Order: sequence, then structure tokens, then C-alpha cells
Amino acid sequence: MTAQMLVQIPLLLMAGILLVPVIPTRLRARAARWDQGGVSGLVLATLAMAFWMLPRSLDASTTDPLVALAKFLTVPLLIGLPLAFSWPRAGFIVRGVFLTEFVATFFRLGWLYRVSPIRLCNNYGLGDQQRLGNYMLWIGGGLLAWLALKLLAGNFKSLSPSSSPGAPG
Amino acid sequence: MMTTSDHMSAPTAVLRTVVLTVGLLLVGVAGLGVATDGFHAFTTETARRVAVHRNPPAVPATVPLVNQDGVHFTLADLQGKWVLVDFVYTRCMTICTVLGADFAQLERELAEPIAQDRIQLLSISFDLARDTPAELASYLTRFRGAGPGWQAAIPLTDDGLARLEDAFGITVIPDKMGGYTHNAAIHLVDPTGRLVDIFDLGQRDQVRAALQRELAS
Repeated sequence: MTAQMLVQIPLLLMAGILLVPVIPTRLRARAARWDQGGVSGLVLATLAMAFWMLPRSLDASTTDPLVALAKFLTVPLLIGLPLAFSWPRAGFIVRGVFLTEFVATFFRLGWLYRVSPIRLCNNYGLGDQQRLGNYMLWIGGGLLAWLALKLLAGNFKSLSPSSSPGAPG
Repeated sequence: MMTTSDHMSAPTAVLRTVVLTVGLLLVGVAGLGVATDGFHAFTTETARRVAVHRNPPAVPATVPLVNQDGVHFTLADLQGKWVLVDFVYTRCMTICTVLGADFAQLERELAEPIAQDRIQLLSISFDLARDTPAELASYLTRFRGAGPGWQAAIPLTDDGLARLEDAFGITVIPDKMGGYTHNAAIHLVDPTGRLVDIFDLGQRDQVRAALQRELAS
């Protein structure tokens, strides 16, 4: 469970980020006309992330090869790619909202996994779930600290559209 | 390449983005609704309960089983009775003990319909490597005296076990101490051999109520 959520899915997401330059410039320019302020792409990525956060989706991807295939395709294409594509266009507020939600999700799920007395996935043990919960709280805390430092240091540049097209988290 | 036309098309881009975003949200939320059975089943455990309520699957009737007395039988032999099924392994000291206690209690509470041969309790072991009829017999005696109302059984083949696990929705994963972690529930199979309901541990009252309702009707 830890390996799937904190190693496999992030790696798939990164694969999607790396795909951006592969898309022809003209196609990217056309898509950008439907993505004012990066909103469409971030909404698409958020919805796809919500799906892959469902315990039953994770469960199914370990037992059903078709669901596994869907994961290998959709995490790069519907999460990583749109994130990296839309992030450079996103303004300060859009980025702020997205990052806050991103951090909050680590805390919510981490806390749930830590305290839940029942297993949320049939394919993973309770110990694994609790360990994942702890890691997620640490990651959420780390991201929050990084974000707070950035804001305190007044270094807004990397949080506004003019900076390099990096991906969040 | 910021040209004049780009600036002029900005309102159009906003409009397009709004349309696309609303579309994505509609499709996405509908998709999540489908994926969670109407925002109801977020885990596999809930999902399999929803699925059997919606469309009770037939349980594999021909899988060869052997019981605690060494008698060979299949689930087809139990048709005509209501069958309560749980999945255990006899070395299990945690969740199967709770299931065993639940079954022991149910066997006492349902003594009358059991005596009338209308209800059967069946514990199926998934530990093909270790469990034998003798182990099953001692598992049963750990909870109660001998009686025909509650049988324990092991599938004779790995394939048979896989078919049962698949039909009932049982996932078994080895733990690091030589045991297993598995989802535990009480499964209700109707007299025609369909899995019609799944109950959580501790829902003994609901199991009894459901059976009494069915037997009365």
C-alpha cells in the first residue's frame, strides 16, 4: 500500500510530467486556449487523483489487470501531464488553492489511515495502512513547512506563472 | 508569441475554459459516482455488499470440498437450505476466533430451524497447505460440541478455492508471521445457491433477524 501510493503512483505521475515536451507545440498552443489560468488542467488532474485515492480503485488495481492497465495509462496522462501542462499558466491564487488542498489531502488521508481500525483495502494489512498514514502525515507536514517558508521568505516568484514550468509537490 | 489576436481572444479563452471545466466536473463527478456506487461504496468490502444486494451471484456449486469427518461434498448438496458461510483458517487466533464465536452463538440461537434441516452453518478453510479434516474437527470442538448444524470444510484443489474466493469476494494475503490477513464476514446463501447478503463481524443479530424473516415468509 505504501509502495503503491508513495512510490508507484508518484513515479507514474512524473512520467506524465516528462511527456509534456513530447506533445507538439501546436497542439499545446491549441489546448492552452481551453485552459485559461491552468484551471481546466488542474481540475482534470484533481478529478483523476480523486479516483485513484478511492481505496477500492487501489484494491482493484492490484487484483484486476485491466484496472492496473487503466492506472498505468491514466495517472501519467490524466494527472501528470495536465498538471505539468497547466501549472505554468496558473496564477498565484490558483496555485495557492491547489497546493493547500494538496497538502490538506495528505493530512486527511494520513490521519484516516492512522486511526482507522478497519482495513480500507482488502489487499493490504492494517500495519501497512498505519505506516502509510504516518508517512503521509510527515509528507504533508514537510510540504506545509516548505510552503510556509516560501511565503515567509517572500519568495513568491516560483509560485507565480512567470517562473519555470515546474510541477507541484 | 503574444500577438494582438491572442489578447483579443482572451475572453473567448475564459469562456472555453469555463465550458471545459464545467464539462470535466460533470463527467468527473458522474464517473466518481459510478465508481463508488453512487458515493456509497468507497472500499472493496462495501462494494461487494452493494454488488450482492443488486445482483446476487450464484456460488460455485460444483467445487469439491471435504468436511471435518472426511466426507466429500459440494455446495450443490446444501441447496434447499439457507447456508451461512464464513472463511477461516484453523490456526487463526484473531478474527477467525470472533467468527467462530459468532457461529457458535448462531448455532445455539438457530437450533430449531437447524434441527429442521433448514439452515446450515459452514466454515470454509482457505489454508490448503496446513488444514486437514482433523484440524477442522478440532477447530469446531474449540467452539462447541459436535453437531451437524455447523460444518467445516476445505476445498480439495487450489482451483476450487480460487473459484470460491472469487465468487464470495474473499482476499487472503499472507502476513509475515506465517498466518494470513483476510477479510472476514458472514455470507448468506439462499436455498437456490445464490449469495444474497454479506454481514460484518458482530452483526449476529442482523443475521438471525434476516434468517428468521426469510424462514417465516
